[in-house]
Amino acid sequence: MKSIRAALLMSLALGACAANGPPPATASAPAEKPAVIAVPKDPWPSQYKAWPSVTTVIRGGTIYDGAGRKYAPGMVRLENGKVAEIGETVAIPAGATVIDATGKYVTAGIIDIHSHLGDYPSPGVSALSDGNEATSPARPEVWAEHSVWPQDAGFSRALAGGITALHVLPGSANLFGGRGTTLKPVYGRSVQEMKFPGAPYSLKMACGENPKRVYGGRNQMPQTRMGNIAYARQTWSDAAAYKRRWDDYTRRAEAGTAKPTDAPRRELANDTLMGVLAGEILVQNHCYRADEMANVISMSKEFGYKVTTFHHAVESYKIADMLAKEGICSAMWADWYGFKMESFDGIRENIALVDKAGACAIVHSDDANGIQRLNQEAAKAMAAGRRMGLTITPEYAWTWLSRNPARGLGIADRTGTLEAGKAADVVLWNAEPFSVYARATHVWIDGALMFDWGDPKRRPIADFELGQPGEREPK
Amino acid sequence: MKRALLIAALASAAFPAMAATIAITGGTVLTANGEESIAGGTVIIRDGRIVAVGAGVPVPAGATVIDATGKFVTPGIIAGMSDIGITEVEGVRETNDAGARTSPFSAALDLAPAINPHSLHIPINRMGGVTRAVVGPQASTSIFGGQGAIITLAQGAATVIRTRAFQYVEMGESGGRNAGGSRPAAWAQLANSLAEAQRLAANPAGYDRGQDSGSLTKRLDAEALLPVIRGAQPLVVHAERASDIRQVLALKARMPALRPILIGAREAWLVAAEIARAGVPVITHSLYDLPDDFETLASSRSNLGHLQAAGVVVAIGALGGIGGTYSVNLPSYAGNAVGQAAVPGGKGLTRGQALASITANPARIFGLTDAGTLAVGKAGDVVVWDGDPLELMSAPVAVLINGVPQPMESRQTQLRDRYKALGRSDLPLQYPQ
Repeated sequence: MKSIRAALLMSLALGACAANGPPPATASAPAEKPAVIAVPKDPWPSQYKAWPSVTTVIRGGTIYDGAGRKYAPGMVRLENGKVAEIGETVAIPAGATVIDATGKYVTAGIIDIHSHLGDYPSPGVSALSDGNEATSPARPEVWAEHSVWPQDAGFSRALAGGITALHVLPGSANLFGGRGTTLKPVYGRSVQEMKFPGAPYSLKMACGENPKRVYGGRNQMPQTRMGNIAYARQTWSDAAAYKRRWDDYTRRAEAGTAKPTDAPRRELANDTLMGVLAGEILVQNHCYRADEMANVISMSKEFGYKVTTFHHAVESYKIADMLAKEGICSAMWADWYGFKMESFDGIRENIALVDKAGACAIVHSDDANGIQRLNQEAAKAMAAGRRMGLTITPEYAWTWLSRNPARGLGIADRTGTLEAGKAADVVLWNAEPFSVYARATHVWIDGALMFDWGDPKRRPIADFELGQPGEREPK
Repeated sequence: MKRALLIAALASAAFPAMAATIAITGGTVLTANGEESIAGGTVIIRDGRIVAVGAGVPVPAGATVIDATGKFVTPGIIAGMSDIGITEVEGVRETNDAGARTSPFSAALDLAPAINPHSLHIPINRMGGVTRAVVGPQASTSIFGGQGAIITLAQGAATVIRTRAFQYVEMGESGGRNAGGSRPAAWAQLANSLAEAQRLAANPAGYDRGQDSGSLTKRLDAEALLPVIRGAQPLVVHAERASDIRQVLALKARMPALRPILIGAREAWLVAAEIARAGVPVITHSLYDLPDDFETLASSRSNLGHLQAAGVVVAIGALGGIGGTYSVNLPSYAGNAVGQAAVPGGKGLTRGQALASITANPARIFGLTDAGTLAVGKAGDVVVWDGDPLELMSAPVAVLINGVPQPMESRQTQLRDRYKALGRSDLPLQYPQ
């Protein structure tokens, strides 16, 4: 399992490019006042541009809109990259492409909140193993996007599985793994051409076995769970001090009493942590056990930050009420359990029980294969919940795949549900998508048809796969 | 005739191994014999064995009846390769007996004595309809992993039903790594080990005399390979790349007594006809579709379909390379192979072939002549499902092994029941209710 293997892999080389000066200040202040230096919020902005689309109406199919509603049958119109209209009937403009989905299913695109595509790409050779900067327990300065190899064949497989956005995270060797980035499974020549515009960054954190094993094995701190927490608390305390320095400088600079040279020296690691403390960067926290999640919640309260989502969270069912009260999402597998000590208490009803308690439930993959069939994982989770007597409809369960992960990533205002004005991130399935026999036939991202199972020209082939055996074989 | 509710039938699990006569009536019976599906069929089990299967079969007087109306009835699932009973927590070394990282022995390693009948994974898999499992080793210090076993998942029965069921060998990238760093090193080790076994067979008394003190093959390891070279024990060979698979077929051509079983075999579809001609069966996964390694560049979910079409006997195993792969999910892996048939240009399995790939075929591959199909004379390993058994939403409602209804609870259901209602009461949850 990648979650184990990833932690065991050692990064071979330290980052070679460490010396980046601070970017130029934004010099928009009046002439009489010195410029106010600020830490840039988005110094590497997305260069993604939606691919060309045509106005498309999908009619006749059953729709799960990702917000818990079902239209059976329903119609949806995609226009200018957005959902223009959805309902039992919608207007069909002249010249629109009309797709008959009778007997088929239409859903909001699936969003995977936990992926390592690009960072641990195929083939899984050490030369391409770029997911863990396991050189210090705290590496909030590294960004997963800078490890992403855009030619990972996994992106095409994820797309074929109905994925329209995915969050690529650093691994869990470190307590502070670095920044995660939301991408679209749309090939680009650079990662910036894949990056979801305007999506907030995340900070990957990890508790439990991985950090203490990786560093304890080297006789370094942390070697224990108490070491994990102590190290993290000191790191947060230092970050709070960094934030105070910037806040103080900013106050003085805005009052005209500080020069640009008074600005604190930028520390990239603390930039990320300060972003968390300011509520701009979302914490995605790898954590299996209930008691450890509770510890992390206490730590977040001590330092005044919020955990957005606990990932892997196999014991969320034990504290589902607490997670509901705190407003923290859980990103979970349907049935992974028992492969390591901290996953020993995993149960198949976890996702349904978290949802039942009123907490935010998300189905995630953490796996290059699992990301291709998150609908199947949700089906298993729904079935387990139903067998214990819970009422869960398929259209409701779809919220675990689209709306809730969009919330967990801070992009729910743009995608995650099929509602007028949101991105036209849509999947057409040949059968009820919780059936084992169902496959995605068409995937639209921002209204552009990026995958069509019947059209070899709409099935991307990564550079790496060119010339390889089976290059054009449908996977 | 006693009419009993399903629940009542299950309650009899408190007295395992009682050879009651059981009649499973009214269900859609999928026998795993071709596409056979018997609507409203009856399966009669007496003294642990199936004595009748069909429509209109009379229910014997005194039989305990399991009403399967609206349900599906299949043979028990046979996990084609697993670590059930040999590994409790994969990442906790003390509980993982699948591989021996620093043992001086390799082929001689025998899993059977290490299998734990009280493993928590046995009830978890059994609840999912798995009634037998092939348990395999991991090779660590050599190309050879040692000898696997076959177990029954029956509660309270002798778990190991066949010791030394096969020898396991790595012949791809892992084999090269274990043998010293290359594929030629792996093939040299294999050639040397088989030759040593032949030398031992020719002159057992003289084996230790005159042997180079630097011999790479210990006597115990050579002895373990005797049934392999004689064809008495199958040789499970992990190979992924088409060219590695071809080398395995060439080895069989040179040593016709060998009985290789290919496992992994992601690129097998490229050489499907050759595999079929050699009569070599394949155990693979239905969901391999990534170029995970340089030996798996041609991975495709159509692998199974192409192999089946070529006439290869195929089984699905919950093999590595797929995150969270568990034997309990074998039916849905088989269902995915059916779904692949709908993909334009894809190649899949029919529903009958898919069911066979997790029942009849693993039985055939490992010579479990008393299991794998619903037929007269077979063991009473039968599962009643609440829906299409290959569907994700379906689950067993009754599992019988040797005609004995099995308990439908596990540590996981105990955890679920403990935590299903959160909130404070008089005592912590850890006090038994």
